[in-house]
Amino acid sequence: MKENLKFEPPELTADLRISRREFVKTTGSGIFLFFTIGELPFLQQEVEGRRASPGLPSDFNAFLKIGEGGRVSCYTGKIEMGQGPITSLAQELADELDVSLDAVDMVMGDTDLCPWDMGTFGSMTTRLFGPALRTAGAQARQVLLELASENLKIPVSNLTIENGVVFDKTSSQHRVSYGQLTQGKKIERHLTQPAVTKKPSEFKVMGKPTLRSDARAKVTGSAKYAGDIQLPGMVFAKLLRPPAHGAKLLDVDLSEAKKVQGVQIIQQGDFIAALHKYPDVAEIALSKIKAKFDKPQSGINDSTIFDHLLKVAPEGRIVAQGGNLQEGERAAAAIVGETYFDGYKSHAPIEPHTAVVKIEGNKATVWASTQTPFGAKDEVAKELGFPPENVRVITPFVGGGFGGKSRNLQVVEAARCAKLSGKPVQVAWSRREEFFFDSFRPAAIVKIRSGMTSGGKIAFWDYHVYFAGERGSQLFYDVPHHSTVAHNSSWVGDPGSHPFATGPWRAPGNNTNTFARECHIDTMAAKSGIDPVGFRLRNLTDAKMKRVLQAAADKFGWKPAKAPSGRGYGVACGIDAGTYVAAIAEVDVDRITGQVKTKRVVCAQDMGLVINPEGATIQMEGCITMGLGYSLREDIRFKDGEILDVNFDTYEIPRFSWLPKIETVILDSKDDPSQGGGEPAIVVMGAVVGNAVYDAVGARLHQMPMSPERIKEALNRG
Amino acid sequence: MEEKIQFKLNGKQTSVTVDSERMLLWVLRTDLGLTGTKYGCGQSQCGACTVLVNNEAVRSCMTPVSEVRGKDVVTIEGLAVNATLHPLQKAFMESDALQCGYCTPGMIMNAYAVLRKNPRASPADILLEMEDNLCRCGAHTRIIQAIQNAAVEMRGGS
Repeated sequence: MKENLKFEPPELTADLRISRREFVKTTGSGIFLFFTIGELPFLQQEVEGRRASPGLPSDFNAFLKIGEGGRVSCYTGKIEMGQGPITSLAQELADELDVSLDAVDMVMGDTDLCPWDMGTFGSMTTRLFGPALRTAGAQARQVLLELASENLKIPVSNLTIENGVVFDKTSSQHRVSYGQLTQGKKIERHLTQPAVTKKPSEFKVMGKPTLRSDARAKVTGSAKYAGDIQLPGMVFAKLLRPPAHGAKLLDVDLSEAKKVQGVQIIQQGDFIAALHKYPDVAEIALSKIKAKFDKPQSGINDSTIFDHLLKVAPEGRIVAQGGNLQEGERAAAAIVGETYFDGYKSHAPIEPHTAVVKIEGNKATVWASTQTPFGAKDEVAKELGFPPENVRVITPFVGGGFGGKSRNLQVVEAARCAKLSGKPVQVAWSRREEFFFDSFRPAAIVKIRSGMTSGGKIAFWDYHVYFAGERGSQLFYDVPHHSTVAHNSSWVGDPGSHPFATGPWRAPGNNTNTFARECHIDTMAAKSGIDPVGFRLRNLTDAKMKRVLQAAADKFGWKPAKAPSGRGYGVACGIDAGTYVAAIAEVDVDRITGQVKTKRVVCAQDMGLVINPEGATIQMEGCITMGLGYSLREDIRFKDGEILDVNFDTYEIPRFSWLPKIETVILDSKDDPSQGGGEPAIVVMGAVVGNAVYDAVGARLHQMPMSPERIKEALNRG
Repeated sequence: MEEKIQFKLNGKQTSVTVDSERMLLWVLRTDLGLTGTKYGCGQSQCGACTVLVNNEAVRSCMTPVSEVRGKDVVTIEGLAVNATLHPLQKAFMESDALQCGYCTPGMIMNAYAVLRKNPRASPADILLEMEDNLCRCGAHTRIIQAIQNAAVEMRGGS
């Protein structure tokens, strides 16, 4: 299989910032289609500052080229960290251009070759980038048809295309290939009008299960990640770290460390690093640095954090409101008030944050494990005092991100080391550093007060989320009187709230919000004496959600019973990144040990048009498996700014023995626009497990993770 | 203290002059340039650094290079013969048993050791033997499937 991720095509090495016309002149023959996705910065200054790339004009943020030889190249600032756009984006182009998948090269995440892009997150690649890419492909196809018409002297209406060859519908010997058409020509188009893209019935590559195009490189060990970049003269840097967040360096003795043969110690204030050509020797030198720190005593730890957060919580922002809560309360036959808690979670990608920086004169080249190469470029430029166009960030394969590689601390550290040492430097965080400097999924609290009528309808819904953010807090059940308020509307807390950095974690906010909402819905169903699937259907008017829930129930073979039924069945619904998802799980709970075994998870999803069903299914499986971790075990313990979980022995992530039988259903919605795929299925996992545990043993867990200790505690509470 | 250590690496006699207490992982990655073997945790907890030493899967992040003296070391780079992929590599590709791919070399090497020892390993055996190799993307179900498929091919289709 072909490896179609390329980092350095030789034809694009212009080193001046130029206009699009000049750019086309320098890049050989071909047809160029420039297009824009998402929002471009509209102030000229911002354009200059944020998007300055040598050789690339700034009025578009992706382009494709049909070059001599007929190969199609797509240049995008998106990166490949496992979710598979390297394959699915190529599929989209192949179909729109009528070429084989093998004829498409993806050039990703190189800030010199690819136009500015905000970053790879939020399940936006297929949702937002995909449609623009398809339109560009369709327009390029139109241009090629016109060229072929002139060349063959046959009207466009009589022409058709297969595998990059245009030919007369009636006599196929009259033919010309894309390669012949582009030879010696330079044609540029800027996409302004949407071109007509193909209908699902015309797809040959899209919608078909397709294996990953990067698989061969990854199974042979030849796939390069940032840590695999080793340059002549490069050294590895190991940095002196504080024992706790907020700790201040009081005193340091470098004398012993300096004695390690071949080591170079650099110091600039508190920034101290040991450099050596071998990372393990740099580590030894680091361990010989004697440092005294002043450790703060904040009194905040993983059990006091929720009180602290509620104390400092800001006023809320109304996310949604309708009807009148007092009126709702009057209509309610019963009222349920509960509070839900979620602790800090680590992203814990198996590849720790890594970066290599090489400085030559007034230029820097960076290889980084990052979800935001253009952000990294700006940060390095700032650190080095270089103009942004003098910094090039290349993104090799990224070994897992999940939102955690959107910050680029390690990149800035490597830049600083390279500047201070005068050598190319690699900074590769240890697992301990990875746990310490992670931008954790925030600890959060959700308070819900709601009521139901005697007929099992939700009468009112009063929802307050603290610190998770508002994604996923919107209520999709049909409730006449409702209010949803977010206190601190993003995953980054105000200063003084979280004791360390927090940030987006796969489907940010939605995991916490869906856990709270769907557990609460179940509690209402149980109090109403109604089957949890039936209770949901009764309170849903959204036809899409009803269809998705029904699909999950059908696949599972759901038989109505009120919880706790003893069967260990749980259900949960959610919406994320435009995708509707419903899951049903079966669990066993060991009443003695508090251990939960998830036996089976059925998950149904409506995600609009699916580009790569194989890839979409894999993302659902991945979300379900990863989601078991935050539901059952993952929790960062800390005390006075010190992170107590620093490796996988105590921070437990899902293992093979946890595996449930996973069954996925993707509803056929070809005519709807594509929605997100990398995140949605993970949001339901907390609630589906929590509800199944309740159904099994009648114990309701209000806090994630639902660890054995917490389950035993809930069982003892009765 | 630096000393000369000889061992067989991917079928070829290899000699390094290094501090013998250094871990095999770093000698492989930096001194010998074989970067397919990955660092994940540094404490034998994730399996990303798994290689074979005399056909046993070991965690190279905690194996001093002195321990492989005179032994036979196989890394992910040594699994394919000429350009022909090993059945495990093919099966991982065909089952889409990877996402980010960072844990993949360790997964494949561990599975290789398991199947060498027990070509008829049951799905339950495989699950147990793979337990301490971590994957964060959640490719687990497909990894187990791939190993089972590879086992069949390695047995000659039976």
